Amino acid sequence: MGKKGYYGKFGGRFVPETLMPALYELEDALRTARRDISFRKELDYYFKEYVGRPTPLYYARNASKKLGFKLYLKREDLCHTGAHKILNALGQALLARRMNKIRVIAETGAGQHGVAVATAASLLALQCVIYMGADDVERQKTNVMRMEILGAKVQPVTKGTRTLKDAINEALRDWVTNVTTTHYILGTVFGPYPYPELVKYFVSIIGREAKKQILRKEGKMPDAVIACVGGGSNAIGIFFPFLKMKNVKLIGVEAGGEGIASGRHAARFQTGKVGIFQGTKSYVLQNEWGQILDTYSIAPGLDYASVGPEHSFLFESGRVHYTYAEDDKVIEAYLFLSREEGILPALESSHALAFLMKNKRDFEDQVVLLNLSGRGDKDLPTVLRRISEDGIKRDFRDSQKK
Amino acid sequence: MGLKEIFETLRKNEKKALIPYITAGDPDQEKTLEILDFFAREGADIIELGVPFSDPMADGPVIQRAMERALRSGTTIPDILEIVRRFRKNSQKPVILMGYMNPFFAYGFERLVDEAKDSGVNGILCVDLPVEEVYPFWRYAKKKELNFITLVSPLTNNARVKRIEKYASGFIYFVSVTGVTGERESLPLEVRERLIHLRHCTEQPVVLGFGVSKPAIIQEFWNYTDGFVVGSALIRRLEEVSFNIHAEGFKSFFLELEKICHKQSV
Repeated sequence: MGKKGYYGKFGGRFVPETLMPALYELEDALRTARRDISFRKELDYYFKEYVGRPTPLYYARNASKKLGFKLYLKREDLCHTGAHKILNALGQALLARRMNKIRVIAETGAGQHGVAVATAASLLALQCVIYMGADDVERQKTNVMRMEILGAKVQPVTKGTRTLKDAINEALRDWVTNVTTTHYILGTVFGPYPYPELVKYFVSIIGREAKKQILRKEGKMPDAVIACVGGGSNAIGIFFPFLKMKNVKLIGVEAGGEGIASGRHAARFQTGKVGIFQGTKSYVLQNEWGQILDTYSIAPGLDYASVGPEHSFLFESGRVHYTYAEDDKVIEAYLFLSREEGILPALESSHALAFLMKNKRDFEDQVVLLNLSGRGDKDLPTVLRRISEDGIKRDFRDSQKK
Repeated sequence: MGLKEIFETLRKNEKKALIPYITAGDPDQEKTLEILDFFAREGADIIELGVPFSDPMADGPVIQRAMERALRSGTTIPDILEIVRRFRKNSQKPVILMGYMNPFFAYGFERLVDEAKDSGVNGILCVDLPVEEVYPFWRYAKKKELNFITLVSPLTNNARVKRIEKYASGFIYFVSVTGVTGERESLPLEVRERLIHLRHCTEQPVVLGFGVSKPAIIQEFWNYTDGFVVGSALIRRLEEVSFNIHAEGFKSFFLELEKICHKQSV
């Protein structure tokens, strides 16, 4: 980082004055916690005993045979609660306790981060309120119930577009009101500094483990590392330890939705421009007047108008190649992995696989590491609906016959 | 008159500035101009004109609704500057543009400052621009002699007040409570102490905003500040009378605010 809180020209702290003291408090808490051996031990303990780390690095033999390269899956889907999200939720909840906050709040889109925060709050006996767009509450009833059973209060947000960005606005409004008693557990490497650094600190264990594991299995570094990019936490988590290894190609896959030309997507690096949104300067999907655009993705975890500032930096520096996958291909990837390996990948993670499937010739005989950031049970209703709706049905039946 | 002279005159006459806020383009541009003219005619000292944004994270429900209506009416920055230009034909009352960074940034901050200055805007207030990020923006506004209004919150410590004061021109906006904009039944008593302390720390005029919802609150803090910003309370009343400025519910409320701000000291 250059100027404090910045990755090149991206990042910063664009929040109302009322929140600034809380950001300093958080920065301070992170700095002392990182140096505190007892905090690190506690974190290690929970990551190992509660989350189930290290997660396996699985060689997907059947899929590899079909694809023509060696595909390794970092199995974050096997984390407790079903995705890497628990790492950040638990880490920040532990920090909240260190800062003597009695209450945590969070935003959630599909509910994965909400469930992770509700879980951590229940474990550490913190009060918990989860803000969720009213439309998302309708679409994700099971996750709403999970959060409520865990003891969290789920607050539907009926304002704006009634989705993730509005849930973040509402969480920020709660935070600005209750900032002395409450910690806001932001769910990704986004928002004002120190959030992007804080979240990276908790999720980069993914890449550190994967690096050791691939070395043990292959005796060398992978040729490419690939991950989906919503806010970008799972991607930063696996990329970070590889950033300095220039021979390792890094690929981030955004939500292509129904195609870039359709306007119904969340591919910030395709049509977005630099803006200042929800606390940070980064690429944003916006109209010419700086109003934030509605986004769309079949994967709720990728359906967001902006992206972590470090990704914008890695995009402009060229270190990471950012691309996208469209819904149809994503469904195919979901079905492919389920059929070939008996693993249901989250639709988010399926974006990374979809890109590999489409461009498999570029990876011939290479070793490719894919971050399987979450499990796909949650997406079954969406996938089944798509299968019965369109042509994918035919392909699916064909593959059943085989 | 510039902001400095306005506050000097008010101080001399032992009066407080009444600073109404509305969102530009809510519900449409003609109505906004009509309301601005009304404010100027009926005794507002300074007018805060909000620039609509799709994601106003520091605003409560009333101003959120105002911004949604303004966006639906298609109001953009050039439209807003045109409103100010037309307003300037009838009135020299200072106008402060208040908004979130992204629309300013998308327009180009320098271009915004240049054109705002040209159309008769007196100052700018960026909600999500703390001192940590302020420098390049502040420097340009200063170069063009556009007032740069800064915010102080109840959680701002002394060291930060000193930092913020360096960038302040026109006045300092004191946010009464932690939270979002919106009417409140009452404000905590410690707002008084904070105002006393803040005015002790700075030469700049200090105005009180957030939760100033009725004359009684102005009465209560009259001695401790140089002015009052009233937003949500006015907009809610405008909504109730379908933006008819002649309707009793709105007009009489504004006149009450005016009376209490401009009376001799209590």
